[in-house]
Amino acid sequence: MNATRRGILTAAPIIGAGVLGVGFWRMLSDMRSGAFDPRAIKNPNVGKPIPSFAMPGLPGLGDGFTDAELKAQHRPVLVNFFASWCIPCVAEMPGLRAISRNMPIWGIAYEDKPENAAGFVQRDGSPYARVASDRHGRVAIDWGVTGVPESFLVAPGGRIIWHGSAALDPQIYEAEIRPRLAGL
Amino acid sequence: MFGPEQGHFALALACVLALVQFAVPLWGASRRDARLVGLAPYLAVSQLIALGYSFLCLVMCAVSDDFSVQNVAANSAVSKPLLYKITGVWGNHEGSVLLWTLILAVCGGAVSLFGRNLPDILRGRVLAILGGVSAGFQMFCLLTSDPFDRVFPAPMDGQGMNPLLQDPGLAFHPPILYTGYVGFAVPFAFAVAALIEGRVDAAWGRWVRPWAVAAWCFLTCGIALGSWWSYYVLGWGGYWFWDPVENASLIPWLTGTALVHSAIVVEKREGLKIWTVLLAIATFSFSLSGTFLVRSGILNSVHAFANDPARGVFILALLAIVIGGSLALFAWRAPSLTSTGLFSPVSREGSLVLNNILLCSICAVVVTGTMYPPFMQLLAGRTISVGKPFFDAATIPLTLPLLLAMGVGTALPWKRAQLARTFSHLYAAAGIAAVGLVLCFWKLSGILPIACGALAVWVIAASVSDVLRRIGIGHTSAQGVWERMKNLPRSSWGAALAHIGAGITILGLCGMSQAEHAIVEVHIGETRSLAGDDWTLLDVHDYIGPNYKAMQADIAIRHNGKLVTILHPEKRDFTTQSQTTTEVAIHTNFITDLYGVVGDRHGTGKDTTYVLRLHRNPLAPWMWLGGLIMAIGGAFSLSDRRMRIGAPKRAAARNMARA
Repeated sequence: MNATRRGILTAAPIIGAGVLGVGFWRMLSDMRSGAFDPRAIKNPNVGKPIPSFAMPGLPGLGDGFTDAELKAQHRPVLVNFFASWCIPCVAEMPGLRAISRNMPIWGIAYEDKPENAAGFVQRDGSPYARVASDRHGRVAIDWGVTGVPESFLVAPGGRIIWHGSAALDPQIYEAEIRPRLAGL
Repeated sequence: MFGPEQGHFALALACVLALVQFAVPLWGASRRDARLVGLAPYLAVSQLIALGYSFLCLVMCAVSDDFSVQNVAANSAVSKPLLYKITGVWGNHEGSVLLWTLILAVCGGAVSLFGRNLPDILRGRVLAILGGVSAGFQMFCLLTSDPFDRVFPAPMDGQGMNPLLQDPGLAFHPPILYTGYVGFAVPFAFAVAALIEGRVDAAWGRWVRPWAVAAWCFLTCGIALGSWWSYYVLGWGGYWFWDPVENASLIPWLTGTALVHSAIVVEKREGLKIWTVLLAIATFSFSLSGTFLVRSGILNSVHAFANDPARGVFILALLAIVIGGSLALFAWRAPSLTSTGLFSPVSREGSLVLNNILLCSICAVVVTGTMYPPFMQLLAGRTISVGKPFFDAATIPLTLPLLLAMGVGTALPWKRAQLARTFSHLYAAAGIAAVGLVLCFWKLSGILPIACGALAVWVIAASVSDVLRRIGIGHTSAQGVWERMKNLPRSSWGAALAHIGAGITILGLCGMSQAEHAIVEVHIGETRSLAGDDWTLLDVHDYIGPNYKAMQADIAIRHNGKLVTILHPEKRDFTTQSQTTTEVAIHTNFITDLYGVVGDRHGTGKDTTYVLRLHRNPLAPWMWLGGLIMAIGGAFSLSDRRMRIGAPKRAAARNMARA
């Protein structure tokens, strides 16, 4: 092995580490300014009406729902996409239960076997007023869901006014959702 | 005597001592001044004493319920059991950083005490590097995460601890895991010292390897314990979720495993020097990045740490100095290190090179999968998630040749091997592996689990047959076998044990790929069957615990009408923290785990139903048992090292006595 090649090879680790380091530094500085949030996901549907859909329910948990039923609500509804195979969804459940004391939450089981989703919802007490099954994820695509858990705040009449891609908890509710409820 | 102010002062004192420990020996070494270099061990031990005192102060604050200390007020409570008051000290960010630096100081102390046979200059430099890293993290502790911060007015009672963390498994998981992470600081320091000195030889390999093996043992135990905890506490039936925090521990384990093996080549054949130095630097760098980046909030993980970007910037600067500095030194000095040991591709060295390539490829896959989401978001503004399908698809095909090579490697001689002769040693193992393959076809489904299972049997069989061959079973008399058993180096026993442990872990993983579970809703007295067992909910009763309300179910499991066991899973409601936890009930016969969880209660009166989650997890205990055996194997080979390292001195003492 000649000296130049040796030099390049031994310099490769620090170059790689440097690239990673610059990336991390950018992330951290953007996190401080709020431009970068590892947990946030931009959804193009915010401000638009909800897409049309009709979904069946989960076994033993009622009938499911349609876009017409959601639009007909007189109170804002929090729509939450979840799945029994999703670990952050497990972590989210206590937060959802706390939020459900303040406002109705409608759950949509994303790409999940109905019996698994039903068991998951019932495991520690269901936070959902209504639950529907999006067995093959078609509805989630229309909503612009990129993963689970994601939640949407839907105003009476069916307009999406807020979207969150983190596991919800009472702090997020207080900071993000409750102020928006006041304007409705 | 042990108040928070004394603790704070001791921490600051330790930080100053660490800075002196960094500067003086390095300066002394460059001036070839033996007195300055000789100060290093004393400084390291004094730093350890100061830091140990500081840590003891924090423990005393927690034990004596001093809620004027912010950290204690936020994480403890009067009603908390004593054990968890102590272990809760490292159950939060500030305390865990202090524990981290304490373990680093213990490593420095250990090098001072056990490294007396090292050349003074090398020991001085190693201690200086350790001191420098210590000083950095103690400053981090003092400036951004002070565990002794006070609150005024002090609250009457603390906020208590997350009930999930009140578990003996988790209480001892962080110290063991951190010892693994931090232990790799010693090989790192040896690597940097060698780069400064510009010399890596067989003796360097011999010195560095026991430290790497010791850290590796702790890291192995730590990962196994963490995985076991998530299995039996989270009640989700899973054991590994490819979460960034889990990956953060797996990445240094992979490079550390590679290091433990490549250091053998340095020691025996003076080959792979540059590579080994790089692995030593990389392993500790990954340990550092892993432990600290998860606290900065960049990595999206379910494991909650108090995220603070300001802290993240400090950490990143520290990482840039430690990692960037060592890699810059590497780029500058490593080209001058030359290898002398030549070997053919088919040889013990060749197999160790293959092992390194495969381990590092797996590591690259895990790093890519972990780093891809944040970098994708930074560069393209898109959010994606990388999960189990990617990791399984990318790591298992790399694991298969690794397992194959593990069986062959130990049977190969150094320098150059004759394949035909080597294979003649392996006929028996190959036969057993073939039987294993048939068994796997019968018991497992899916091509990858079958292949992994058969290769795991191959690894175990090849390791056993290698030891049998070495002790001459079938070739010599019983007396001869006994003599050879006594003379076989402990490191050979250790390697065989560790490989057998790895095989057992892989078998456990294969078994778990066949796990079955069902979520059922039943009335009391109802029976459901799962994979041949009948699960009957006998009764459910409520009781009041020390700080929770619990619902306990009695579930009888019968196999062909014969009672196997009665499980008592619980659901606990912690009212003060408004948190519910599940207490999983597990019955194991070390072949299969029967795992029951009780969920919600629905309806009232006669219509009351209960949601139960029933799991049948084949070979689950083997995953952790294998990890433990791996660690024991490492410890065994350590005991060999120590004797050999101590030998010259003992021989000298004997000669003195004779004279």
